[in-house]
Amino acid sequence: MTMTALELEGALVERDPEGFLVDPAQWSRELAVELGHEAGIPELTPAHWQVVEFMRNRYLETGTAPSIRALGKESGVPIKELYRLFPKGPAKLAAKIGGIPKPRGCI
Amino acid sequence: MAHRIVILGGGTGGTMIANRLRRVYDESEAQIAVVDRDDRHVYQPGLLFVPFGLAHVEDIVRPRHRQLRKGVEFHETEVERVVVEETAVELANGTTLPYDVLIVATGVVLQPEETEGMTGPGWRENVFTFYDVPGAEELARALDGFEGGRVVVNLVDMPIKCPVAPLEFAFLVDAYFTDRGTRGDVELTYVTPLDGAFTKPVASERLAGLLAEKDVELVTEFAVGEVDGPGGRLVSWDEREVPFDLLVTVPLHGGAPYVARSEGLGDELGFVPTDPHTLQSVARPNVFALGDAANLPISKAGSVTHFEGEVLTENVRRFLAGRELDSSYDGHANCFIETGFGKALLIDFNYETEPLPGRFPGPVGPLPLLRESRLNHLGKLMFQWLYWHALLPGRDIPGISAEMRMGGKERRPEPV
Repeated sequence: MTMTALELEGALVERDPEGFLVDPAQWSRELAVELGHEAGIPELTPAHWQVVEFMRNRYLETGTAPSIRALGKESGVPIKELYRLFPKGPAKLAAKIGGIPKPRGCI
Repeated sequence: MAHRIVILGGGTGGTMIANRLRRVYDESEAQIAVVDRDDRHVYQPGLLFVPFGLAHVEDIVRPRHRQLRKGVEFHETEVERVVVEETAVELANGTTLPYDVLIVATGVVLQPEETEGMTGPGWRENVFTFYDVPGAEELARALDGFEGGRVVVNLVDMPIKCPVAPLEFAFLVDAYFTDRGTRGDVELTYVTPLDGAFTKPVASERLAGLLAEKDVELVTEFAVGEVDGPGGRLVSWDEREVPFDLLVTVPLHGGAPYVARSEGLGDELGFVPTDPHTLQSVARPNVFALGDAANLPISKAGSVTHFEGEVLTENVRRFLAGRELDSSYDGHANCFIETGFGKALLIDFNYETEPLPGRFPGPVGPLPLLRESRLNHLGKLMFQWLYWHALLPGRDIPGISAEMRMGGKERRPEPV
């Protein structure tokens, strides 16, 4: 697998070919802002953070990232709004910004 | 005292595991009870063929209790709830079944009402699913009367049973109207929330190629937010639209409703969090999950359930004997993909290895992997016989091991 690296304040962060962090421990809030820019989100609002943190915490607790349906049911943000915040794929994008692997819901 | 084994669900998994365990334990060693809400066992792969008149409902439905070995008790009633801390199941008919081991094998329920507008005006007029018996039968009439226009095949979101089935449906629509001589009047579109035709890269590319060959337009990353039957529109959450004259959709899936009523048993979608290698639930050591009811990261499919059966039988024995569990289930799945005109593809994969091209060694094989062939189509037809006569009775299918084998697979697929 080809890895890419993102340089942030002198430190290299390892990523998979789709841009997801390889090691969730390398994540920081500053990095999230930068990953958001890369994904076309100029500013992470409190609503963005609510979703990103929900995703990340759920992943750290259970070992899997929630799917979009689970996000809609449990994050407190309705699905319609999730798509406004994270265009195209809210679960995928919020996982990427939250520094966790791509949600495996899709088999 | 005899062990008490309670199995919820008398479908593919429940029937198979009841029969396997009945062979392992005689009646003085274990009581085995199966609970299901009805006595109609549907051969679900057959539902794909019903809309095209290639199978009839009476040929794919048999009584559940007749598939169970002698000495397996059958309770025809809904499950009210499972009380894991009391190791008992409460049934809707008032019976309580205490258990030493519980196996959850109640599969999934379709949730068309979870998508705005889906079951509103137009439902079963120009909006259909073939994922249940009435839907498949009504769709047969709708296709028969279809004069031409836009046919859209869609899945709302994963997970769904048999993730290849909507693709197969699109291929069969192409063949159906080609045979009738009206394919030129039908615009066919496949709309998926995934970023490709399928979930795994190599297969996804091959299947996208087949869609293109058959002149099926592919619309990806389309997450359905609303179905507008009267207006003939499929609307995504990010406000894109796909127009249709006939929509064939696969609704959202969730676990059986009693799972949500059973504290600590399921996740937010009603699936049972389960160890991917031992099939033991996270909820309690004496609760196991089998087949579609589990939350495992592998296809919800009969072949998966069949391969799980071997490990689960062993683990029920080990658990009841107080021994360490076998953690050898590898996520093996094996599916024929019908592509129309008497041909099919075959895919074989597991948790670690995606479907690859090559050849699948077998008793009738070798069968080509990820390539269209008549032999695979015959394999798919033969499977119906094996289902009733080998898989449900809980016998191994000759030449196909529970563990996935790499033999015959091309590790580095040639470019498509």
